[in-house]
Amino acid sequence: MLLLACCIIGYLTLGARGNWEFVLPFRGNKLVVLLLVAVSVSTATVLFQTITQNRILTPAIMGFDALYVLILTVLVFVLGGQAYGELSQIGQFALNTSLLMCAALALFGTLLTKARSDLMRMILTGIIFAGLFRAVTGFLQRMIDPNEYAVIQVASFARFARIDGGLLTIAGVLTCGALIVCWQMRHRLDVLALGEVATINLGENPRRGRFQVLVLIAVLVSVSTALVGPMAFLGLLVVSLAHLITPTASHAVLLPCAALVSAVTLVGGQFVLERVMGLTTPLVVVIDVMGGVVFLILLMRGGQR
Amino acid sequence: MITVTGVGYKIGKTTILEDINLTIPKGGVTALIGPNGAGKSSLLGLIARLTTLQMGRITVDDLGVGACANDVLARKLAILPQTNEVAPLLTVRELVSFGRYPHHKGRPTARDDEMIDQALQRFDLKDFADRRLDTLSGGQRQRAQVAMTFAQDTDYILLDEPLNNLDIAASRALMKELRDLAENHGRTIVIVLHDINYAAAYADLIVAMKNGKISATGAPDQVVTQGLLEDVFETSPKVHRIEGKVLVEV
Repeated sequence: MLLLACCIIGYLTLGARGNWEFVLPFRGNKLVVLLLVAVSVSTATVLFQTITQNRILTPAIMGFDALYVLILTVLVFVLGGQAYGELSQIGQFALNTSLLMCAALALFGTLLTKARSDLMRMILTGIIFAGLFRAVTGFLQRMIDPNEYAVIQVASFARFARIDGGLLTIAGVLTCGALIVCWQMRHRLDVLALGEVATINLGENPRRGRFQVLVLIAVLVSVSTALVGPMAFLGLLVVSLAHLITPTASHAVLLPCAALVSAVTLVGGQFVLERVMGLTTPLVVVIDVMGGVVFLILLMRGGQR
Repeated sequence: MITVTGVGYKIGKTTILEDINLTIPKGGVTALIGPNGAGKSSLLGLIARLTTLQMGRITVDDLGVGACANDVLARKLAILPQTNEVAPLLTVRELVSFGRYPHHKGRPTARDDEMIDQALQRFDLKDFADRRLDTLSGGQRQRAQVAMTFAQDTDYILLDEPLNNLDIAASRALMKELRDLAENHGRTIVIVLHDINYAAAYADLIVAMKNGKISATGAPDQVVTQGLLEDVFETSPKVHRIEGKVLVEV
């Protein structure tokens, strides 16, 4: 908590020269983006690991955000960049998110029930899915008009720099809504993490729970992807760290802890890179390298632990 | 009372259970025995709504399985399933406390804590209460699972081969515990057992199954006979009767 506060203050103030009235809103805006992304990514990852009952898979690894970009591309392709651009931001967002929800439920809903016990198959399927989504996306992007491509690129590239207020408001409202629902579900999530049989025995409906959680994940992933684009390993990295810090399985502790770690990682990382080291490498690259290493270590250590 | 009427169950085209009609009386220990693949676990799973009912009807007291709300049944009936690979990172106390979930839905009261302590005490888990499940032996983990089922405090307790990982001392202790629950606390125990000797020694009622059908129901004395063993298990061990107890040669 303290660490996060330090990072935030450091981020907001250090190296600021010139007009405070300009600097604070400018950086404040970016800060809000970072925090929203941090919380939604970490929460989506915790939720996903709960319903899949393992600590290696994350929505990003299973291709959720690649799916988001694909949907975006298909939309622009079908509607045309002009028509898509004419939709209000709320309209774009609602369309993307609801389509992602449907696609995610269709694809992962069945996969999660049938193949959950087989971790390797899940990872393989996820990676193939993600590859497929990216390939189709690339294919479509090559076929469309360069102007329309620009629309996609603006909407799907990983960047923490400029995000306008309208999108930020929608994202903020959605994230807060999803987080409130998560928090209310926290005890049920604890039960869901025990697995299908135990869930039924304790009087909860595992199917309904999984459905609700997948919807929440879809919302959170679309928020973070819409804001900054796909980030492969952030979720895995921060949730693994959170597990190290709090060795409990209780979601009441785990969710805030993961969110906190995630916020510290993003804000602190951005702060160090931008202010201390002078903005030479994009933060996403650093996080993905670290997250990738964690992923490999977890895989080596084998499965469920 | 658990009533099973005309229940059948198929996986694909394979028939697992066929036209099962069974009444399990309230109170007492009922043991399901039979060779591997007889459908004992499937029947238990259907009663505990782990698998969806395809044919027939099952009622637990006045509750229809599949018709009544999940959480209502969870306060009436608990099951200890056969494969127990749940959450290795939980501590014993955390696991046992999940047994109280159907009662408090995440907001434990003092009474819930009391029940958890009682369960830990009863199954001799006090010393391990704060150890994680993955640091325990199979038998200890099994005991923790049973304690969780006990903490759920239901009238009906279903157990699927709970003796699997237990040595003789732990097996006898568990069976005695179950008898005590049935005799002194009015619980109804339904248990799938492999070892006929345990069934004969501790059960009030034995249900023998073969090929998805019930082949015999009755008190251990009447059911455990040479003829039945030959018929159901297709092997012919000697059956001894010593001081009124039935013993099957192994």
